[in-house]
Amino acid sequence: MKRELVSPTTFNVMVSKLSDILVKALDAPLGYAINWGRIWSLWPVHLETACCSVEFGAASGPRYDVERFGIIEAFGSLRQCDLIVVQGTVTRKMAPRLRMVYDQMPEPKYVIAMGACAITGGLYIDSYNVLPGVDGIVPVDVYVPGCPPRPETLIQGTMLLQEKIKRSKIK
Amino acid sequence: MAASSQKSTENPPTPDKLPVPAAPKPAAGAPPPKKEPEAPPFEKGLVEEIKKKFGESIKVIFVKPLRIKIQVEPRDIVEVATFLRDSMGFDHAESAGGTDYPKENQIEVIYHLGSYTREDLGAHILSLTARTSRDDARLPTLINVYKSVEYHERETFEMLGVYFEGHPRNERFLLPEDWADIPPLRKDFRIKGR
Amino acid sequence: MTSLEDKFEESKKLGLQIVRESEEDRLMTLSVGPQHPGSGHFRFTVKVDGDYIVYCDPDPGYVHRGEEKMCEYRNVIQNIPHLERPVIHDSSNITYSYSLAIEELAGIEVPRRGQYIRALASELNRQVYTLYWLAIYGIFLGHSTMFMWPTGDRELFIDLLEVLTGARVTHAFNIPGGVRNDIPDGFKERCLRQMRYFQKRLKEYEDIFYNMPLFRQRTEGVAVLSKEDAIKLGVAGSVVRASGVPYDIRKAEPYDIYNEIDFKVQYMKTGDCFARSYVPFLDMQESCHIIEQLLDKMPQSGEVRAKLQPNPKGPPGETYRRVESGRGALGYYIVSDGTPKPYRVKISVGSFRNMLALPYLLVGQKLADMPAVYWSLNYWPVEADR
Repeated sequence: MKRELVSPTTFNVMVSKLSDILVKALDAPLGYAINWGRIWSLWPVHLETACCSVEFGAASGPRYDVERFGIIEAFGSLRQCDLIVVQGTVTRKMAPRLRMVYDQMPEPKYVIAMGACAITGGLYIDSYNVLPGVDGIVPVDVYVPGCPPRPETLIQGTMLLQEKIKRSKIK
Repeated sequence: MAASSQKSTENPPTPDKLPVPAAPKPAAGAPPPKKEPEAPPFEKGLVEEIKKKFGESIKVIFVKPLRIKIQVEPRDIVEVATFLRDSMGFDHAESAGGTDYPKENQIEVIYHLGSYTREDLGAHILSLTARTSRDDARLPTLINVYKSVEYHERETFEMLGVYFEGHPRNERFLLPEDWADIPPLRKDFRIKGR
Repeated sequence: MTSLEDKFEESKKLGLQIVRESEEDRLMTLSVGPQHPGSGHFRFTVKVDGDYIVYCDPDPGYVHRGEEKMCEYRNVIQNIPHLERPVIHDSSNITYSYSLAIEELAGIEVPRRGQYIRALASELNRQVYTLYWLAIYGIFLGHSTMFMWPTGDRELFIDLLEVLTGARVTHAFNIPGGVRNDIPDGFKERCLRQMRYFQKRLKEYEDIFYNMPLFRQRTEGVAVLSKEDAIKLGVAGSVVRASGVPYDIRKAEPYDIYNEIDFKVQYMKTGDCFARSYVPFLDMQESCHIIEQLLDKMPQSGEVRAKLQPNPKGPPGETYRRVESGRGALGYYIVSDGTPKPYRVKISVGSFRNMLALPYLLVGQKLADMPAVYWSLNYWPVEADR
């Protein structure tokens, strides 16, 4: 009986069953913990694309304090940021730089398209130098409408992003 | 007299020979008479000074209160600008741009000159313009006279296609690097969908 | 005295390998690009030799949206929303100049109460813009309290503007012919209370920022722009006033009712970075006095806007009108050909003129002084690109 228990085949089966139980037990709380860490420390890249940057600056001010959500104006390098807020119109000159910045950010990364110009081109849709929407270059997670969106709208957009992150699975 | 007879030959015919109203006023609603408003004396004095030096090569387009516009030939523009800067006190160029007139096949480049040093010229803007043909648009640059037009001329080059001879960098400034179309501010460049 | 060549020969005899660096290897090209905490939506290339900047080349155009071309496809009233986007937080000034030019072309008379309300919105907007500029200046120099205080005080002004016009930043308040709507009740008392509070607050700003020894060390004597150079380069607004030229369009060429308001033109003579950062602060104090006078002298009742035809147009002609905005003289050169859509609109902005001073001032400075010098030129990249 003891020999049967410790034979190679049963040993393998026992180990795999144990690891299954461990992963299932820890998956939900571990995933929850990792997601919790990601939600409450989203660091945006300092890339101002156009005029909506004024409302983003106002959102960081004392009245619509966005720092209580963990979003600090991270003045370090962009290798340690995980959120890019496309603030406003993206012109043809800025588009390759936006893609370069997006590529340099480490995984996981999220994109918020802020303002009507970033969603569809907005007021400037018939200009010769403006891209009609930014989701052709970077994959967008949350669209925040407005021209410019009020800081409260931006905070609501961030909270939607937080909901989305909470529901995502860790690979 | 409303209607004087044509038989009276002693007196010369009165002005209101024809049956018109007493005073030669236009009818209500018609455009005002073609008389130009009186040019203000100070601006007229400035224009006289310029005309005294250059005579016939200057064409005065209009003289309004605080705004004067003169047009010169492309080859004289540097000389006129130097005179305006040294003797008249217009010491900086506020902006420089161009307009495309496809009907006359010309591009007009306009420099707005202002004065920081002379108190009485502080509110005046003198517009110095030159016209060049649309097919081969070239003008001498004013960068050695007014240093402030450096970026404005570069922008006019890329937006309208006017080549400024003597400017160190006639290259694109605001447009993207891969711009492969005609200069955007020309009238034959249509925005998509319109 | 032995020359450098002899020393090299000697060192070779001793068996040392000293490698000379060539001239090109000393210079390093840096790109202060659009993704940079110290630049905003603007890129400039600098070449540095060790710690000193030897060459600078601005590269604007990242927010060039073709405003001037778009104006030709919309009629005179439809142009207002997209013309106020270049300087989104100073929008009442950039549409003020446009309205003045269209009124001159089409021959529209603005009622007096409308003129006063226009000037009031313009002055409030000047405060809002200068506070945002001061906030970004603080954060560029690492003074994060100076980012939080002006941003908070700015919200109080934005509240006033929201009560007046309906929107936080993009007001679309000035139209050719006057303003869109009248002042609501209770606005005058609220505005005067805000002015009293703000004047006390300005004294606090002076204490924590302008009298701070570190700020003075970083900006006094740095990047001096002399009076002759300022005139030659044609810079505008607070930059030229900081170099000793007392030029303000509200005094030199008063538009609307500014000839009835009593105020002084603030200027300083030194022309260094400190003067360029102090002149907007003095302008803000002066603006408070102007707002109090405007509220005092406003006619009690009257129309605020002239009645317009559905498609306002005027006879063919051209005009050039300018207004003193937060950055300097903002001029519009409009050519009309008798149709409701303008034939050519050229916007002459203060930021584009001040950009010329940047390569001139940065050469010879240390690289660490770059944010202080760059932002003191009162340069807003979105406006310069139009």
